[in-house]
Amino acid sequence: MDDARGEILARVRAALADRPAPAAVVRDYERSRSVPDPVGLLVERVADYKAIVHRVAEAEVPERIAERLAARGVTTMAVPADVPGPWRAPGVTWLPDEPPLALAELDGVGGVLTGCAAAIAETGTIVLDAGAAQGRRMLSLVPDYHLCVVRADQVAVSVPEALARLEPVRPLTFISGPSATSDIELDRVEGVHGPRTLEVLVSE
Amino acid sequence: MGGRNPVTWLGTPSFPKAAHDALGDTQLRRNLRKATTTIRGKRASAVAELADWERLRAAGAAIKDDVLANLDTYLVRLEEAVTARGGVVHWARDAEEANRIVLDLVRAEGADEVVKVKSMATAEIGLNEALEAGGVRAVETDLAELIVQLGDDRPSHILVPAIHRNRAEIRDVFRRRMAEPPASDEPGDLAEAARRHLRRKFLATKVAISGANFAVADTGSVVVVESEGNGRMCLTLPETLITVMGLEKIVPSWPDLEVFLQLLPRSSTAERMNPYTSVWSGVTPGDGPRRFHLVLLDNGRTATLADRVGRQALRCIRCSACLNVCPVYERTGGQAYGSVYPGPIGAILAPQLVDDPHDEQAASLPYASSLCGACYEVCPVRINIPEVLTHLRGKVVEAKGKRTPEAVAMAAAAWMFADARRYEVAQKAGSLSRFLARDGRISHLPWPGSKWTSSRDVPAVPKESFRAWWRRNRG
Repeated sequence: MDDARGEILARVRAALADRPAPAAVVRDYERSRSVPDPVGLLVERVADYKAIVHRVAEAEVPERIAERLAARGVTTMAVPADVPGPWRAPGVTWLPDEPPLALAELDGVGGVLTGCAAAIAETGTIVLDAGAAQGRRMLSLVPDYHLCVVRADQVAVSVPEALARLEPVRPLTFISGPSATSDIELDRVEGVHGPRTLEVLVSE
Repeated sequence: MGGRNPVTWLGTPSFPKAAHDALGDTQLRRNLRKATTTIRGKRASAVAELADWERLRAAGAAIKDDVLANLDTYLVRLEEAVTARGGVVHWARDAEEANRIVLDLVRAEGADEVVKVKSMATAEIGLNEALEAGGVRAVETDLAELIVQLGDDRPSHILVPAIHRNRAEIRDVFRRRMAEPPASDEPGDLAEAARRHLRRKFLATKVAISGANFAVADTGSVVVVESEGNGRMCLTLPETLITVMGLEKIVPSWPDLEVFLQLLPRSSTAERMNPYTSVWSGVTPGDGPRRFHLVLLDNGRTATLADRVGRQALRCIRCSACLNVCPVYERTGGQAYGSVYPGPIGAILAPQLVDDPHDEQAASLPYASSLCGACYEVCPVRINIPEVLTHLRGKVVEAKGKRTPEAVAMAAAAWMFADARRYEVAQKAGSLSRFLARDGRISHLPWPGSKWTSSRDVPAVPKESFRAWWRRNRG
């Protein structure tokens, strides 16, 4: 094959022969915003997407996990191997992703429990970066139920604040509610290929 | 190389004819009115939540203008970053070359089926058809793309290609084509049917193909914005991922995304944030595909870049807000535009990508507008669509230069003026045209003059030419 790369770059340079000098990028938009209760805003906005969301005290996280799983009747849960030990509440079979679970196993579990890397209050978004207590991306994708623990100190108010906390070269997944579609008459309905139930515990 | 650009569909009539036919479809108009009215109201409230919306728009436009002005630098930077993280970068001058690259990659994996994330770039180049011709089945996994694919239909909207179908029509398509048809025409049941239909494909297919909403030059990070989770399935489960991306999808650095991740969801689905956004950089051992190929697509983009007025179309982030507010689009639907890019943005993007002044269908697209300006007002990257429309209309007239009746007449006049006798013979013939005139005006000239008089009257030619009068009186 001849040199497509060289030709395209030459075309670009020829197209820019007029040397356009666009105005400098002015970033006078609001990079951070202060709200009285970021956690409260996150809870409200996550709920707007028809996710289930609870505000819990940090010490109560393990018992609230047990309570939520019991309420849902879940018996097997996939989990990244490095979630805090107490999160693996009794009464449930925990399947740690180490060695990596087979896809078929993951497809058969009742749900998955993870932490997160950051959350965006204003948009009701949780961000996973495959770091601590999150595991690889498919863990939070294949099971039909995702229970996610967010710590209050992980909550940013605005999108710019959240992006500044993230490392772009990690595999990132931004999650805003359960999977949904607007493809039928441009109206949103929840529940397509990703987890159809998203439940969030915000601990503080 | 050098074949016809498939961004417009072969055999589509020019816009006025296609629009005329579409206007006869009352079901289509009802479906479109319902969908666009819903989304217009929601978009307005999603945008009103952000006090700094206008500043975000200005920043979005400025970032994209910087990308375009320095595109060569950013392309090379992106290539370096993706390569450093284990990805392989390919360059494609046109649709044919891109399709061949992808088909070769799929064949190298020994796959005869691929799953696809909704992607305008691959729709633009006709990738599915090219794969099929090469013996590879491409399974669309986005709900609306699936509706179009199963219905043997064509897309009519950038974001929701099946927007012209209502729930009952979608149910009928699914009933015909799915092993487990939907329980009803409730959107929830239709989504459930799609989930069951595609689940096994997601879990078993080895190669996925995606587009990209953004790619960060500094870090090599590629971004896909979606709703259903079909994107995540395609981006994480297969062993090999092939991403086809238009050259202009670059942003320089990671913080630039803070602008676009606010502009895009609110403008497109009118949400504070879309359900899922995936970001990946090259290959991550133990997480996601083991092989990643990025195909950088020109296909008319550098030609568009060369036009000082028209190049702003390359800022487009494919939100489709301009379609949803356009009075012309709402009445004709997207298929009348004869391209995967319909609506106001399509009317300026498709003809520039085609880059053939003699393509009559493409040349008709800049006229598919009343120049009301609603598209410019909602555009999150401030593309002045009316300005580009009028600019392109000017180019159409200019390009017709050597072929229009006006131009033919001018060329003939030059020939006549060159010889006195020819000129007089022609004048006598011209005076015959008086027989066609009423009240001193000519409303219908025979071809080729008919092309001129179909839209205007011509003053009748006087009985006697000035030269004849002069010779008779002074000669």
